[in-house]
Amino acid sequence: MLSYTLRRLLLLIPMGIGIVVVTFGLMLLVPGDPAAVLLGQEASAEAVASLRRSLGLDNPWYVQLWDYFTGLLRGDMGVSIFQNQAVSAIIWSRLGATIELAVAALVVATVIGVALGVLAAMRQGSWIDTGAMLFAQLGVSMPVYWLGLLLMLFFAVQLGWLPSIGRGAPLTEAFADLFRGNVATLQHALTYLLLPALALAANSAAVISRLVRASMLEVLREDFVRTARAKGLRPPRVVWRHALRNALLPVLSVVGVRFGTLLGGAVLTETIFAWPGLGQLTIAAISQRDLPLIQGLVLTFALLFALVNLVVDLLYAVVDPRIRLD
Amino acid sequence: MRRLPPALRNTSLIVGAVIVLVIVGLAIFAPLAATHDVAAMNMRARFQGPSAEHWLGTDNFGRDLWSRMVWGARVSLGIALISTLGAALIGTVVGLVAGYFGGWVDQILMRITDVFLGFPAIVLALAIVAVLGPGVMNVALALVVVFWTEYARVVRATTLVLREQAYVQAARAMGAGPLRILFREILPNSLGPIIVLASLGLGTAVIAESALAFLGFGLPPPAPTWGWTLSYGTGFMRQAPWLSIVSGAAIMLTVLGFNLLGDGLRDVLDPRQLTRAAGKGKTPGAQTP
Repeated sequence: MLSYTLRRLLLLIPMGIGIVVVTFGLMLLVPGDPAAVLLGQEASAEAVASLRRSLGLDNPWYVQLWDYFTGLLRGDMGVSIFQNQAVSAIIWSRLGATIELAVAALVVATVIGVALGVLAAMRQGSWIDTGAMLFAQLGVSMPVYWLGLLLMLFFAVQLGWLPSIGRGAPLTEAFADLFRGNVATLQHALTYLLLPALALAANSAAVISRLVRASMLEVLREDFVRTARAKGLRPPRVVWRHALRNALLPVLSVVGVRFGTLLGGAVLTETIFAWPGLGQLTIAAISQRDLPLIQGLVLTFALLFALVNLVVDLLYAVVDPRIRLD
Repeated sequence: MRRLPPALRNTSLIVGAVIVLVIVGLAIFAPLAATHDVAAMNMRARFQGPSAEHWLGTDNFGRDLWSRMVWGARVSLGIALISTLGAALIGTVVGLVAGYFGGWVDQILMRITDVFLGFPAIVLALAIVAVLGPGVMNVALALVVVFWTEYARVVRATTLVLREQAYVQAARAMGAGPLRILFREILPNSLGPIIVLASLGLGTAVIAESALAFLGFGLPPPAPTWGWTLSYGTGFMRQAPWLSIVSGAAIMLTVLGFNLLGDGLRDVLDPRQLTRAAGKGKTPGAQTP
């Protein structure tokens, strides 16, 4: 296990370098002089020249890349052009909200996806199966921003059950309050979290339910399931305890990949629900063409994604020892 | 009763194909299918609900929503088609080369693929459009950069298998060069998975293009994109909820069509899955392996 972990960690290095190169390459794609583009047409020549200097644009590209890279190793992502603050500080202040939303969505997606997938597999060919797979097909095809909007229209505007936009207290604080005996903070935070998390989760729930169904159908045909049945275990126990454990293996590997989709979807969900995370920040940065901030955000998203995949791969190796052998 | 050929017994394939054909037809014949001039404003007919005159109602400028949806199909499908073709082309070539030559060529190409897979798609696409500026080609280019990786991985995997096949060995023994083997022997036999991926990819591209437009980074107005109509429709949720609902439904229906088509094609083009699907139909809950 140790050697597998080390190997997997070492693989992160070329991956990380590649991600940095692509992120840096974005700057080279800007047509014309980035400094002039960033400052707009009214900018004076001196202002452009000074921005060129501060962005290091006068150096050849390989010097710029080296500076960018060494800066990153020191935790320096540059300075936002419009907010005049360190990019890393801005991102850090928003990171929690996005992780909270993505993790909440992942939990919702896994619970709904596994439940639907197992039910569909148990009753293959029945109306439950058809219904679940219809839901899955719609869930995959529905744009997350449209679903978010419909949810908001129905539950917040029409019924008035939940707040439509914004965020309550961070969940970490809410849980801390809970231990002090105060439930209200958590309730309040969850009412804000529910709709965005649901909207973001639907697509992944659909993908997971299809996968669980297919995987369950295969496992249910295996010998050990027949043995479990033959020795008289009750069907629910066979399905939920024996079969599901094995059927969940391929699902785990997909959860890591889904996290990337969730992070991307968070950009859209946060925009609709005014959720104060990295996604909203990304849209603002892009509208202002704040290049250092855009680069920092793209990099952060990719690194988060890589880290989650690492964790999932390691978990996978723990759960399924066969993995470590190849 | 004579049995239908497998393709016609596959419900998803049929339903998907019908949806796709209708929407592609509307896009191609947009000038005929549109009932109004797509850009014509009529401030006296703002926010009208669906009627015989305006099938899907009108927007905040009194523009006919049905006509905007029809022309929007042209924009969305056009960008989806260009970007999917580009992504399939690049990904296929990368996959063929990596799988056939193996060794360090494979290593390098696959590490590059991994790097591009390491970015959440919409984030990378947004950043590229932000840097390049709006426009059909820039949006399409951003989607190509994001989506080529999947083709590369799948084509590499099939190439690894196919290059060991006897007929490829035979071609090599007869003195065929790598180019001939790749494009005349291996590529034609990898087309199945590529077509399936492309069909599903068209749906993904429509979603991605609409997402960019929704966020305001697609084609600039007055281009009648579905995503942007959905977006400005949110501002008029109380007066005219149909603006957002209809444009979202258009996106969903299109994506659903491509997904069903892709799923159906996979069943038909992949015999292993086909037998499984057929077995499932006869004996529900079958336990036989």
